[in-house]
Amino acid sequence: MPALLSSTRRDFLIGSGALFAWAHTPRLARAEGRDPRVLVVVLRGALDGLAVAAPVGDPDWVKLRGDRALVLDGKPPALPLDSFFALNPAMPNLHRLYQAQQATIVHASATPYRDRSHFDGQDVLESGFSKPGSYDSGWLNRALSRLEADGRVNPRGSRAFAVGPVTPLVVRGPAPLMTWMPRQPLPASEDTQARLLDLYVHTDPKLARALEGRKDLVALARDSGMDTKPAGDQNPALVGIARVREYAAEVVGSAARYLAQPDGPRVGALSFTGWDTHINEGAASGALAGLLGVLDGAIAAFERNMGAAWGETVVVLITEFGRTARINGTDGTDHGTGTVALLAGGALRGGRVIADWPGLKDANLYENRDLAATTDLRAVLKGVLKDHLRLDDTVLVNSVFPGSADIKPMPGLLA
Amino acid sequence: MVDDRTREAAFALHRFGLGPRPGSIAAIASDPRGALLAELERPGVGTINNSDLLTSAQASRAGFEAQAARQAKNVLAQRAQKEAERLAAEERQGMSEEAGKMAEPAKPAAAPQVDPAATPERQNFLKEVRARLDAALLPEIGFAERLVWFWSNHFCISRDVVPNMAGGYEREAIRPHILGRFADMLLAVEGHPAMLVYLNNQVSIGPNSVAGINRTRGLNENLAREILELHTLGVRTGYSQTDVFNFAKVLTGWTILPPVNNPEHGAEFVFNARMHEPGPQQVIDKTYPDTGVEQGRAVLADVARNPATATHIATKLARHFAADDPPPALVERLAKTFRDTDGDLKEVTKTLVVSPEPWSSPRDKLKRPSEWAIALSRAVGGRGDPQRFVNGQRVLGEPLWQPPAPQGFADTEGAWIDGVGARLDIANNVAQRVAGRVDPGEVLADALGPLASAETRAAVALAETRQQALTLALMAPEFQRR
Repeated sequence: MPALLSSTRRDFLIGSGALFAWAHTPRLARAEGRDPRVLVVVLRGALDGLAVAAPVGDPDWVKLRGDRALVLDGKPPALPLDSFFALNPAMPNLHRLYQAQQATIVHASATPYRDRSHFDGQDVLESGFSKPGSYDSGWLNRALSRLEADGRVNPRGSRAFAVGPVTPLVVRGPAPLMTWMPRQPLPASEDTQARLLDLYVHTDPKLARALEGRKDLVALARDSGMDTKPAGDQNPALVGIARVREYAAEVVGSAARYLAQPDGPRVGALSFTGWDTHINEGAASGALAGLLGVLDGAIAAFERNMGAAWGETVVVLITEFGRTARINGTDGTDHGTGTVALLAGGALRGGRVIADWPGLKDANLYENRDLAATTDLRAVLKGVLKDHLRLDDTVLVNSVFPGSADIKPMPGLLA
Repeated sequence: MVDDRTREAAFALHRFGLGPRPGSIAAIASDPRGALLAELERPGVGTINNSDLLTSAQASRAGFEAQAARQAKNVLAQRAQKEAERLAAEERQGMSEEAGKMAEPAKPAAAPQVDPAATPERQNFLKEVRARLDAALLPEIGFAERLVWFWSNHFCISRDVVPNMAGGYEREAIRPHILGRFADMLLAVEGHPAMLVYLNNQVSIGPNSVAGINRTRGLNENLAREILELHTLGVRTGYSQTDVFNFAKVLTGWTILPPVNNPEHGAEFVFNARMHEPGPQQVIDKTYPDTGVEQGRAVLADVARNPATATHIATKLARHFAADDPPPALVERLAKTFRDTDGDLKEVTKTLVVSPEPWSSPRDKLKRPSEWAIALSRAVGGRGDPQRFVNGQRVLGEPLWQPPAPQGFADTEGAWIDGVGARLDIANNVAQRVAGRVDPGEVLADALGPLASAETRAAVALAETRQQALTLALMAPEFQRR
């Protein structure tokens, strides 16, 4: 394939390049003397879970993927997790966290969606509903709107925190958000902003709500001396994976600085794209390895910048579905079903791969092509929301994940 | 009492066009609907006639040549450095130990610095942006250009994957067909090298084809799936995984000539029979005999006239031009025209203009960042700066020809409204640049006319500086929405 036309640098964009967040402390958690933080990272494009945590102990694994299979004596060697699974070698930071009981991998998991459209899949993943449709709110936002707030964390605002000009569905909804975006041009003066806000308040409440989100964050950044100056034009089409790595670490690291502050937001969300590896997937040392390295670096930057608050943090990384278990005709993988959910954070009881392993024989594969899903992703998300943020079961079933009464919150995820 | 026609003219310029330029409202006020329809009849409407621009295949080959030349330069530099190191080592060996310590080691030769802004690829891209800005800034209304943007987003590709072809692709596959037959645009798009590369079909090989038997590579179903899901029928319209799989087999062999060693025709479309899966294929209840490249054309022709495609396209058009929740009556009327005329897009577009809903739906559709940014340039009489436009679109989350996924950029308010803060900063920047030559009151009158609310007029009038007044005018809700 001509190098010119190949996608050597998968289009890894900080989906919206911005963090979207909620500024309250959850009341119940605070009553226990905790101040929990949650960051949700949506990985758009369908991440190949088998290329993240490889079932090296499954006798059918190498048969399935041949020389594309991650193995313990591969080049480079996969990083052992337990007697059965090994981690992609591009993720040493996640491996370190795993060994420190601060990372958990839930394997063979999926949302209830079983077709293979990215966009429907992301709708289900982010809306929290069990079927695709056009929804105007996401599960994280509905969780926030039902979470009893212990006053405003940030006395100026009352908003959740999201990153980027394009708001991901998972945080859209009734709970107001604050938005932070890297690399803005020189901001307008506070006076101009106040006048515009006044105009919006009287003529267009929706625009007023959106503009208020920016105002709160600018104030928060100024008070804490954070730099929001523009960093110049960075054209991702012209830069290598190293620059992408630096950029992702910068964005996610900045998100951490907001969440770490005593009066900062407590729950945030952002999204990354580029996981749709139809062609030349390169799990061990190619394109996907590069992207997983970017993600690994971003997790490390987040951990570092959270400081002591890392001990009260859970980062949840989720994707719309997995990919075909077998390699396709072009050295990639097509849209599939079961995949991994990744959890990282000092608040976890980690160091475990949680999986009801379905097996990899032809008959075990979903529709004889995908890793089957044996764990409903909603159980994982409910487990985190319940034990970390203290949402109760009724709210989780009625508002956050409608129609999920049969899906019990996964217990014991938190330390 | 404001003349209703004047209000309707201003409304039409925002909803169907790219926003008024100074004088536009008056220019079409005698008959706004007629002016919209008249723009569709202009000779060559929607196309860009610029012999300066490379075809997509030429641009791709030029990019390949430039990259190869840079690589050669790097190799030469590395060789020179190795040679310098060798000489320095020889020199040190000949010196006393003391002197050797003092001798400076050979300085690493600086790798040849390539200024990304000066590469031929970047220059070509900026020329394409310049041409596209002109196409958006010069027409009185810009209705046809809005149609180009709509279809370009519907059939999007990304510069991330196809770095040098985006401008050429739009000019070759989209622009000539915006008022032609949908089936023709579909064929132009799916057979275009940019789309074949973007959705990986150029390497998809039928497992039982000659190439498939001789090589280890095989099928990739990406293009087939997205054609059905995004380009034609729409998701959940009844096709199955088997349809996707069989359609992918039909499309094997639709590929491009590699630019390597083919300076004349590299990166052009070719049907490679050696890669094509032999035999008949069943796609959506119909069996297509193996007629080579015609097999794929036949499937495309059928899905183009499938009623689900008519509804899918009608829904997206109604969402784009009328409301986020498209009025069902409008969708059905557009779909009926589409079905009745076998996908004649000029007739569908005319139906849009003469239907009541686009004129009666509340004026609260949030402009996408690109629509707002161009409206802003038109309002202040700017010529548009390609580099600045590209940077601005990136900041606003809608980088030109670089959507995050094959479904294109979102067309509903929820995705964009939180970016209003970033718009404020950009408006502030623009206002700073043009405040010396532009009067805020005139901009308000030219760009909004009777649409400006009393509150907006007051805010602009009471501003402390011209820059602030301009910023407020360009950020007014009436200017953010259409």
